[in-house]
Amino acid sequence: MKALLLSDFGSTFTKLCAVDPEHAEILGTAAAFTTIQTDIFEGFQQALGKLESQIGPIEIITHKACSSAAGGLRMLVSGLMPELTAEAAKMAALGAGAKVIKVFDHELTDEDLDLISELKPDIFLLTGGTDGGNQACILENAQALADIRFNQPIIVAGNRSANRKIRKIFTEAGLDFHIVANVMPRLGELNIAEAQEAIRQVFLAKIVEAKGLSRIEGMIHNILLPTPAAMLAAMKVLAQGTEEEAGLGDLIAVDPGGATTDVYSMAYGLPEDMTTVMKGLPEPYAKRTVEGDIGMRYSLHGILEAKGLNLVAERAQLAPDKVQALCDDLAQHTDRVPATEELRQLDDALVGTAIDVAVGRHCGSIEEVYTPMGRAFAQTGKDLRSVDILVLTGGAVIHSHELKKLASYAAWDPANPTSLRPKDFKVLLDQKYILSAMGVLCQDDPSLALRIMKKELVEQ
Amino acid sequence: MEKNGKKLVIGVIGADVHAVGIRILDFAFNEAGFEVTNLGVMVSQEEFIAAAVETAADAIVVSSLYGHGELDCRGLRAKCDEAGLDNILLFVGGNIVVGKQNFENVEKRFHAMGFNRVFPPGTTPEETIKWLKHDLGLEDGSQDHGAKA
Repeated sequence: MKALLLSDFGSTFTKLCAVDPEHAEILGTAAAFTTIQTDIFEGFQQALGKLESQIGPIEIITHKACSSAAGGLRMLVSGLMPELTAEAAKMAALGAGAKVIKVFDHELTDEDLDLISELKPDIFLLTGGTDGGNQACILENAQALADIRFNQPIIVAGNRSANRKIRKIFTEAGLDFHIVANVMPRLGELNIAEAQEAIRQVFLAKIVEAKGLSRIEGMIHNILLPTPAAMLAAMKVLAQGTEEEAGLGDLIAVDPGGATTDVYSMAYGLPEDMTTVMKGLPEPYAKRTVEGDIGMRYSLHGILEAKGLNLVAERAQLAPDKVQALCDDLAQHTDRVPATEELRQLDDALVGTAIDVAVGRHCGSIEEVYTPMGRAFAQTGKDLRSVDILVLTGGAVIHSHELKKLASYAAWDPANPTSLRPKDFKVLLDQKYILSAMGVLCQDDPSLALRIMKKELVEQ
Repeated sequence: MEKNGKKLVIGVIGADVHAVGIRILDFAFNEAGFEVTNLGVMVSQEEFIAAAVETAADAIVVSSLYGHGELDCRGLRAKCDEAGLDNILLFVGGNIVVGKQNFENVEKRFHAMGFNRVFPPGTTPEETIKWLKHDLGLEDGSQDHGAKA
């Protein structure tokens, strides 16, 4: 059987997806456990074996992949003001599919530099100042990175007036650096595409090899992108469509994982009426946020902290003490699959609350202001109240029975009307866990990926 | 218009939504050769400061039309000092106080708050431009930062 093979090399699972391009169909999917210690190649072979035992031998037309193995694409970013260039740098890195370990603002301190040496990020994104604006901060930070002989690739995307001096500093220190357009060329203007492309190039050229993934590279023609970037690409095509095929329009997608919960929105989210003034940075149409403290196992206590034990207990229909005990146990045994009814109830409550918190933080907010001219509104972030599709993916949601109810926790709430969450939406489930694979496919054939996603995403 | 190399951050402070005047100032300052970052309406002190730091602005021009300027502007100089905006020029103008008051007294109070220049209602953009150029040393080389109280 001829098939396109799409893989997602994760840090715990290698997932394969075989696609019949002629009929725009999924032939089969399979997953195998991988560890960093064992070679990623073994996991791949196992998964392929499983896949072939389901659907018979496959003749691979092409094999493309995304990867979040070995901790994903770990980045540090720095900017000048926390709410301006540092925020723009963070958005650039998140949108490129990186795991942003820390965001620095202003000048790097000795402690920051120790931390940088200790964290050993895969890439450092250095920004600061609008074009023609502040140079002192980015120059000082460039010098600091040169002084500690930072030995990973640095992407410079700050005040262009400082680039000549930075080039000199880094060249003399022998650092690996790439200078691209400023993430914020003018105040409040977000320009992250070039920095993101540079991140991707570094990922392709260096990271795949550095993470020991290149042994399989001869066989799989390409690891194209980090997994979150694949997810972002898939969601963008699903929302916007292609030349041949219409998309579904604005949407939100949530991926509650074991350690983090990722949220993607495909919408401009601009103010809906004339009396609303936008505050803060404009946000990208395709936006990704990652909640590092919200996850189903490793960051389970973050969910309780964010919303309170009592609410989770109420949603699980269990006693608070019971919930606390079960949660403590789950956080210790992160590989535990819910086997009892109690655990299933708890897991449902946790995943629903994770979606609730993560969507709430992703959406913008609105503030009512009374002025002598009458009532006015100030909006920060995206207004997603009219978005009518919520896509859910990930192991935690696939096994749940009450998705519609769980997703409703994320909806706009009249008791908290300033949080601009979606009001009325349908829930689409990524039942076969194919979205990252579809993101990989989008690189070559977005229309095919779109047709498959429309077929495979199941309305709840 | 040839640029004069000086950078301004402008905006309407507080809960003030008067959107037209600030666009006129944006236009006039640009025409006069300044590089203008216009923050629009309902701008907080923190937003003025963040913008001035990031753009390395030479002056912050605060507009206030609704009478609450005195409350909104209090503490701006101290925050500028904290943020490392040493000696940045602070200009303010519009209907900056409640009711009709003796302007000399108003000016004195705003000088005491750390503003370098204070303009009464009805000031033309040309007047402000003249003083900006003067205080930024663009005309006669003078770097006099206006009268201090």
